[in-house]
This record gives sequence, C-alpha cells and structure tokens, in this order.
Amino acid sequence: MSANQSNGSIKFKVFRFDPDKDQQPYYDTFELESRPGMTVLEGLFDILERQDGSLAFRYSCREAICGSCALYINGAYRLACQTQVSHIDSDEVVVNPLPALQPVKDLVVDMTPFFEAYHAVDPYLQPAEDLKHVEEGKEYYQNPKDRKKLDMPVDCILCGSCYSSCPTTWTHEDYLGPAALLKAYRFVADSRDDATADRLSTVSTESGIWRCHTAYNCVEACPKDLNPTFGIQQLKKQTVGKLLLGRK
Amino acid sequence: MIKHQMVVVGAGLAGLRAAIEAHDRGIDVAVISKVHPVRSHSVAAQGGINGALANNPDGKEDNPERHAFDTVKGSDYLADQDAVLIMTEDAPKVIIEMENWGVPFSRTPEGRIAQRPFGGAGFPRTAYASDKTGHALLHAMYEQTVKRKIKVYEEWIVLSLAIEDGQTHGLTAMNMLTGQVEGFVAESVVFATGGAGRIYKQSTNAMINTGFGMAIAYKAGIPLKDMEFVQFHPTSLFGTNILITEGARGEGGYLFNNKGERFMEKYAPSVMELAPRDIVSRSIFTEVMEGRGFENAYVHLDLTHLGEEKIKERLPGIRDIAIHFAGVDPVKEPLPIQPSQHYTMGGIDCNADGETVAKGFYAAGEAACVSVHGANRLGGNSLLDTIVFGKRAGVAVAKYLNGSNKPKASEEAVSKALKSMNDRIAELKNSTGNENPQEVRDRLKEVMNQKVGIYRNKEDLASALKEIEELKERYKHIHLNYKGEKYNLDLIRNLELEGKLLVAEVITKGALLREESRGSHSRRDFTERNDSEWLKHTMAHYAEEGAKIDYKEVTMGTWEPQARKY
Repeated sequence: MSANQSNGSIKFKVFRFDPDKDQQPYYDTFELESRPGMTVLEGLFDILERQDGSLAFRYSCREAICGSCALYINGAYRLACQTQVSHIDSDEVVVNPLPALQPVKDLVVDMTPFFEAYHAVDPYLQPAEDLKHVEEGKEYYQNPKDRKKLDMPVDCILCGSCYSSCPTTWTHEDYLGPAALLKAYRFVADSRDDATADRLSTVSTESGIWRCHTAYNCVEACPKDLNPTFGIQQLKKQTVGKLLLGRK
Repeated sequence: MIKHQMVVVGAGLAGLRAAIEAHDRGIDVAVISKVHPVRSHSVAAQGGINGALANNPDGKEDNPERHAFDTVKGSDYLADQDAVLIMTEDAPKVIIEMENWGVPFSRTPEGRIAQRPFGGAGFPRTAYASDKTGHALLHAMYEQTVKRKIKVYEEWIVLSLAIEDGQTHGLTAMNMLTGQVEGFVAESVVFATGGAGRIYKQSTNAMINTGFGMAIAYKAGIPLKDMEFVQFHPTSLFGTNILITEGARGEGGYLFNNKGERFMEKYAPSVMELAPRDIVSRSIFTEVMEGRGFENAYVHLDLTHLGEEKIKERLPGIRDIAIHFAGVDPVKEPLPIQPSQHYTMGGIDCNADGETVAKGFYAAGEAACVSVHGANRLGGNSLLDTIVFGKRAGVAVAKYLNGSNKPKASEEAVSKALKSMNDRIAELKNSTGNENPQEVRDRLKEVMNQKVGIYRNKEDLASALKEIEELKERYKHIHLNYKGEKYNLDLIRNLELEGKLLVAEVITKGALLREESRGSHSRRDFTERNDSEWLKHTMAHYAEEGAKIDYKEVTMGTWEPQARKY
C-alpha cells in the first residue's frame, strides 16, 4: 500500500478544461475518502456525485472490456476502472485525458480521428466466395490452430490508448495508428478472410505501416497487454513478401 | 428537426441488429446511443450464446425443441411458448450468420463452432468465443454497421417519446457533447436500451444500465411486463460484483462453503453447479445466511482443478478480472463470489416481432419483454434474445414502413415533445429545491438491495414501496449541482434518476402483489408456485399517482407446468 492511503483519505488532482470557456487547462484537487479496492473510476464518481457535478468523464462497463475510460494516470496509460488507487505509487492520483487528442471537456476527448482510422481499414470480414459453399447454410470452418492466431488482435477494446501514445500520430495526423493497423492485421490473420491483397494495399502507404517506427509505445500503453507492433510487423512482412517474392 | 424513417435507440446487439436488418431492406435508419456502440453493455457478456447446433459430441441429440423445453422449464413456465419456439428455431441460423459476419468463435477440433455446457441446459449448447463472447459478437456486429455506413448518433441520450393517440411520431434526444436537445421525426422507433441493473446497489451491469429506456416507454403509455422478475447471477466477484461467467461452472468449476462442502449437492443433486441461476443464487444466499459462508458474505468458486492450460484457454477474461479486481489468480486459489443483480427479465411489453401497443413503436433485447425468459432466464439465452428479436424487429419495421397503410409522422407532435422536454430541463436547472439527488439515488439502491432482493416478503416489499414513493416525492424537490451545457453528467444522471424511481416502483409493486414463488421471484411468505392464480404476466401501466397493475394470459403450448426439479 502506498503513502496515499495511510490516513484514509486520498488526493485526486484532475485535469480541467472547457475550450469554449477556459483560456487554458488547469487542475482541481479533491480530497476523497479512500476504501480498500477503490479504483480511479470510483474516485471520479465520488467527485461527480459528492463534490463537483461539473466534472466530465466517460464510463460504462467498469470491468475493462468496453474501452470508455482510458486515461493518462500518473504518467501512464491506464483504464480508470481497472486501476486501483492503492497501486499508484504517489501521494496523489493525477488524472489526465488521453494526450494528443483534442479536448472536449475535462477528461473527455474527441475520438474522431481514432475512429476515422478504424473505418479506413474496412474493418469487417470479407470471406472468399468459394468459402461460402463449404457447406450451405453452415459456419465457415476454421481449425483451432488458425483460430489461435486471432487471440491477440481480437481482444482490442478500441480504448485509444495506443493511438494516443504513438509518437507518429503526434506528428502525422494522417497516420492510421496502432489500433486500426492491428484491426487490419486481425482480418489478414483470419483464415476466413479473402481480402488480404486489398487490405495490404490499403495499409501499405506513407500513412500506414511504413510510418510505424517501432517505438513500441503502443505495446507499453495497451491496458489489455496486446501487441499492435507485432501486427504491424506482420503486415510489413506480408507486404514485402508479396511485392518482392510474389507470395500470395 | 432531424428526420429518419426509423430510429433505433441503443447500439448494443439488439439495436444494431435491428438497424442492419432494416437498412438491408431499404429503410433510412439511424441509431442513437448514449455511448459509442462498442461501449454498450452487450460487450460485457462472457459465457456464450445458446443454439442447438449439435456441434459438441455430447450434444448430437440436441434440437430446437429441446432447447425450447429447457427454456420454458427454466422460466418456471412463465415464458410464452410460441415465442420461445421462434427463438430456439432461429438460434442456429443467427449464430451461423454471426460467424459468417466474422465472430471469432472458439472451435472444435474439426473446425466447427465449439459449444460448452451451461446451467439448466440438457446438452452442451452454448457457443462461445473463449469467455468474451459478448465482446466478440458486439465488435463483429458493429463492423457490419460500419460496412453498411449506418448513421450512428453517438453520445446522444434519448429523453422522451412523441407518441400520440397510439401512433409514433419520433422522440427527443440530447447531444451530450453540446447539451442541445433536438427533435427526431420518425415513423418508427425501436427501443433497445438494455436493462435496469443500476437501480440496485450490487449489480454486474455496466454503469450505463439505468433502465431509462424502459421508463421513457412506460411514461409514454407502453406497459411494462413482468418487471418483478429480476435475475441475480450466482457468481459475481465479491467486492466489485463484476460478473464471473457461468462458463466457469460449465467448464467444471465447483462451489464450496466454509466447511469445504460442495453444497449444491443439497439443492440440485442431479445437476449440481449447473442448476439454473435462480436456484444456485438462492443456494449460495442460504449457505451464507446460515453461517457457512466466508466473512458472512461469499462462498468459493474453485477452478484450480481445471488446470492452468484450460483456464488460460477457455477462461482468460475472468482470470484477468480476478487478478486485476480481486488480486486472486483462479489458477492458484478459489474465487470469492456472491450473487448479484444481473438481468431484467421483464421489460417493455411486446410480441415476437417487437410490436407494442403503439403503432410504429418497437422494443428488443433486454429492454423488451416478449416474453421468452419468463420468471428466470437461462444463461446463454440473452445474447440469443438480442440477435433473434433485434433482427425480427428490423423485419417488422421494414414491413410496417413499406406497407400499404404508410404511416406519417407529425412534426407538430415532435415539436410539442421538444418544447416540453426543454421546459423540463429548464425547470430542473432553475430548481432551488433542497433535496440532494445523490441521497435519493443512494437510498433507492440500498432499498432495492435490501428489500427487493433474492428472497422477498410482504413486510419488506410494502416498506420498500412506501420508501420509493417517498423518494419520488423527494425527487420533485431536487436541485442540480451543475447547470452548464456541455457533457453535463449531473443533469443527465438526474433525468435518468426519475426513470430509476419509476422502474423500481413497478418492480416492487409487482413483487408485492405476486403472492407466490416462481423462478427468480421467491417469497418467504408464499413459498410455492401457484399456477391456478398466478400463471399470468404482470402488466404495469403508468399513472401520475403510481403504477396501475393488471394481468395478461401466458401463451402455453406443448408443455404443461410441472414441478421444477433439477
């Protein structure tokens, strides 16, 4: 247990900003009653419900599966719901919105560029025509070994942490970013999908896989412990294989 | 004014499925959701979706009739049998369709969709994607809406309906980012707004599941059906009440009390841990109440004998949850679990096409009550319900809108609704009342938890109802703590609070009146099921002075009520 819980209370230093009203962002500090197992999200609710009704933040499942509450907490990308206050090694919990995305209000940022990139990779299964006729009206077959290749990429919750953490997205606003590229990889890796050529040509651009500098920030940022860089490297490998070696 | 032929409210599985179906039938459809679609609560479903695919070697004899029988028996005979048969017949088709749309289902060695055993089911019938089936389904469903470029109004919250003389004209909704309230003119509206778990202090539900959609429909004159049937899931993580999937028991997990006994032996000897949820929840509650729990609060769910490999392959999601939220690794130690509110069996009264008493107004998913779950839903049947009846609602709306008697929505009716909503918000913002809404919200959750829980009795229910009436009175005098426009959670949550109070009142009143025990509704003072008097659906109608209750016949069929033994 860190120092912040020793006296039964805990300080939350929270980023505040309304671009329509405030010249610049500022922090408000709140003193909250701490309790065992308390999460950062619960702390934000305590503030909203008992101290400051004007606080804006996103929330839904509170169990690390919906992707709403990715924030920058004490210098790290974390889901507020999954982060216990007692695990933060500091006298105060410092809560910031996801960096590199435009602020809307307080901890709420504009996720539009993130989802535009997601849309740009045609994120839906495109099965082969002949696959459809393996057995009329039945599922497509997929052996467990092929299914296993999807374990990592399908676990993405689209929280935006990777996108926000990527130094390339900071400097190139057209860059598709780790999550969208991981999504493209998810379909390329799927034995049922037949659009690999199109998918590779979509991502094999200056704003796609070649813009990734393998900084691995996304891997560090991902609250689900996924590896977008691995997916991007696989896409690069396949693209090169196709171009140079004529591999299908 | 924004205009669409059809507006779907809610972007979980039911809502998106309805929108896709209508879109594919040429309808101009838009979806409104208070969260981005993938944040909807469908995403949190874990264990799986039921359908008689007969892919599991132990399930070769399975078929839709057997699925239907299990569902009807699980419902304690309150489900409408015709609707159940529709659902179980459609089940294999919609599961295969979802697979064809990209859902990464777990596979059998032969490459078919894998199926696992679940509570109350005669065969391993539950198709799954490890223990993140809801996430897998919702993401694939959302991908299909992206493919079709279906318009989604994200972070818009619907506030009221414009229904006049039994005809739907549209609704009002607030853009949460700006605080602006807009009128939507639409000939048809589908509510797929999810359940009401957050009226309870302890719930597995997402924070967004406030029951507001049910309350909006109810206030607009659509009856709510069977609301007293509230499912308590046996295994929620002690402390946070996060769901631990029934799949954990389906894969072979055991329940132990503090004496080290597999106590389900006493309650459901033939199926043990895989009895239906109402029975397992009552058993755990009884063990704890009689002093055989841990810390007087929970029992153990033990998975350690399954081995690391199986846990990592089949149950990785709940392992992560247990580690992150309780500091317990199920590979090494048993999980502390307790029952918690989980599902709203009741909902907006509709038929198997989602149709309600109002022309052009439809409901689907957890917000709706068809009814296929009756007094107790089987695990794996809710994901199925969302997709089967979401799709059917889409078909029905398209038929309605393309029909010869083409409806026309009145802009005037929507303007009226818009004006009255803006007045309501101004009134709330200007209120100098001395009641703190947070106290009302906290107290309501406490009352529901303590007095309208797993076991009920007349005294508790009557006192709960009285308190809810008092809270409704206090609500009239609340003040807001923030009056701004943008992303005003204080305003939104306090508008929703009215809905919570209405839904809580309907649940409690229905429970007080129903003098029998059936499925999830267990009365200490009326311990038996009473088919001669209570084999009927509860219907709650909104009135200013409080809910008016009457009853509706259950559609029976092949299966006559029997004693429900497992």
